[in-house]
Amino acid sequence: MDAIEAVHLRKSFGPVTAVNDVSISIPPEGIFGFLGPNGAGKTTTIRMITGVLIPDTGSVRVLGTDVNADPLGAKLKMGVIPENGTVYSDLTAEQNIIITAKFFGMDRANRERRAAEILARLGLSERKDDIVRTFSKGMRQRISIACAIVHSPPVLILDEPTTGLDVYSRRLVIDTIRHMNQEGSTILLTTHNIEEANELCTTISIINKGKIVATGSPEKLKKAFDTSRYVEIAFDQPVGPDLFEAPGITRAEKWGDKWRVYTDDPDRAVKSLASAAERDHLTIVSIATSNPTLEEAFVRLTGGI
Amino acid sequence: MDGKVFLRSIAVVTEKNMRIYYFKGPVVVFGLLFPLIMFFTFFIGRNLDIVLFFPGFLGMMLFFTASSVGPLITPWEKREKTYERLVSLPVILESIIIGDLMAGAIFGIGITTIVFVVSDALLRLPLANIGALALGFVLGSIAFAALGTLLASPTTDNPSNIMMLSSLIRLPLIFVSGIFVPLGQLTGWEWILTTLSPLTYLVDLFHAGLNGDAVYPPWFDGLVLVGVILVFIGCAKVIQRRNLVKGI
Repeated sequence: MDAIEAVHLRKSFGPVTAVNDVSISIPPEGIFGFLGPNGAGKTTTIRMITGVLIPDTGSVRVLGTDVNADPLGAKLKMGVIPENGTVYSDLTAEQNIIITAKFFGMDRANRERRAAEILARLGLSERKDDIVRTFSKGMRQRISIACAIVHSPPVLILDEPTTGLDVYSRRLVIDTIRHMNQEGSTILLTTHNIEEANELCTTISIINKGKIVATGSPEKLKKAFDTSRYVEIAFDQPVGPDLFEAPGITRAEKWGDKWRVYTDDPDRAVKSLASAAERDHLTIVSIATSNPTLEEAFVRLTGGI
Repeated sequence: MDGKVFLRSIAVVTEKNMRIYYFKGPVVVFGLLFPLIMFFTFFIGRNLDIVLFFPGFLGMMLFFTASSVGPLITPWEKREKTYERLVSLPVILESIIIGDLMAGAIFGIGITTIVFVVSDALLRLPLANIGALALGFVLGSIAFAALGTLLASPTTDNPSNIMMLSSLIRLPLIFVSGIFVPLGQLTGWEWILTTLSPLTYLVDLFHAGLNGDAVYPPWFDGLVLVGVILVFIGCAKVIQRRNLVKGI
């Protein structure tokens, strides 16, 4: 049974189709990343999965429970951090966590033990009795995470959990996501940060204009764009583009004082460049090969430059 | 649907609202001062019969206190971005609506009970039918807290818009509900207008409970208030569900 199974989700707002036939299957215990540019449909999809928004068509099941048919049953299995989702400013850090725990039916002893444990993990034990209104954005987001994980949810859904955070808070949030995953939670997160997705996720879906355009592991997605490998080379004197008309080189572009030489076989391209340099009595000042990045895959898939 | 989880979600939404919106110094002080100001405004210097006037005054108090904060909760939470978090917790629309309503009803009953007890001690009020009085407290507080929840339902994250709507609807009601002119003295279009106001039936119940001088039988007043509660909750649910479909 999948942790999350969304089938043919569609949502329109007036004439605008925000999500167009999106289907996702997330197996248990993985970290699934949902990547896409602004307005691609990430948050709309997350809102339909978490029961905040009712889809026009399609269905969502969380660990086998249909979100629209049995919202209470499905939501009991989830911990959610909405986009820009904040906590109650007029309650203390601890009160926010305790009141969330009550929604999940945790008994008093369990609530208090778990709140203390999470506040310590997130570095907020000393501020537990302070009103959240006095907290920084990073601290509020940590309380938001604390509320989402207080009941040790089997499925944790985070909509851009690290956006706008300082380095310390971001690190704490990422460590907590990893910890929850190690404890057995399935994670679904959306992010703009491609490096973060690359670092955290076992599977990534890229969404653009309301449709999923690619799904796979970060390595698989990068491999799909192997043609974007390149060799960056600099010589001791200016050279023309003719130098790069060699076997294994698809094209070459000038990048400042260097040339970026695109190839599908970097080893062959380096050998060709070395031969050309020797032939024309040039000295190679620097040379480096680069593998395709997830960012390049993302840009290509979403039609960016 | 799991009934236990549903009831728990209502209880926690109520507790959350009481803690955040009602158990605040300014709100409680307003709740207690407001009746005093209204009493002085409408009673002092007008040589009104307190026995005739008090049921209307009590109805007005319950009406204003039960529906005072409710209209602000949802727009405020939408503005603060806590509403989406709430909806993603194990709640359904009915939990939020009934939880908001319960908090308003508890606040209304609490403040109005204090006002009634103090007034009774000072004015030695008559008590003709304690059952009708209790029914008025319970149904009136729920009905007008439900009105507060309905007023909170339109799509906006701007509490001042809702305050304007709330004042526009609530203030005129006190003039067409038999508070200042006894129901028995009204005729023609004034009487028709009065029968359309739900506050009329609460004031009439309080008349039955305090001085026994009611126009309708208490069961009829009670039935109308139950109907009003169901209509207000039903309309709030339809509007809030439409908001969920549209994207909050």
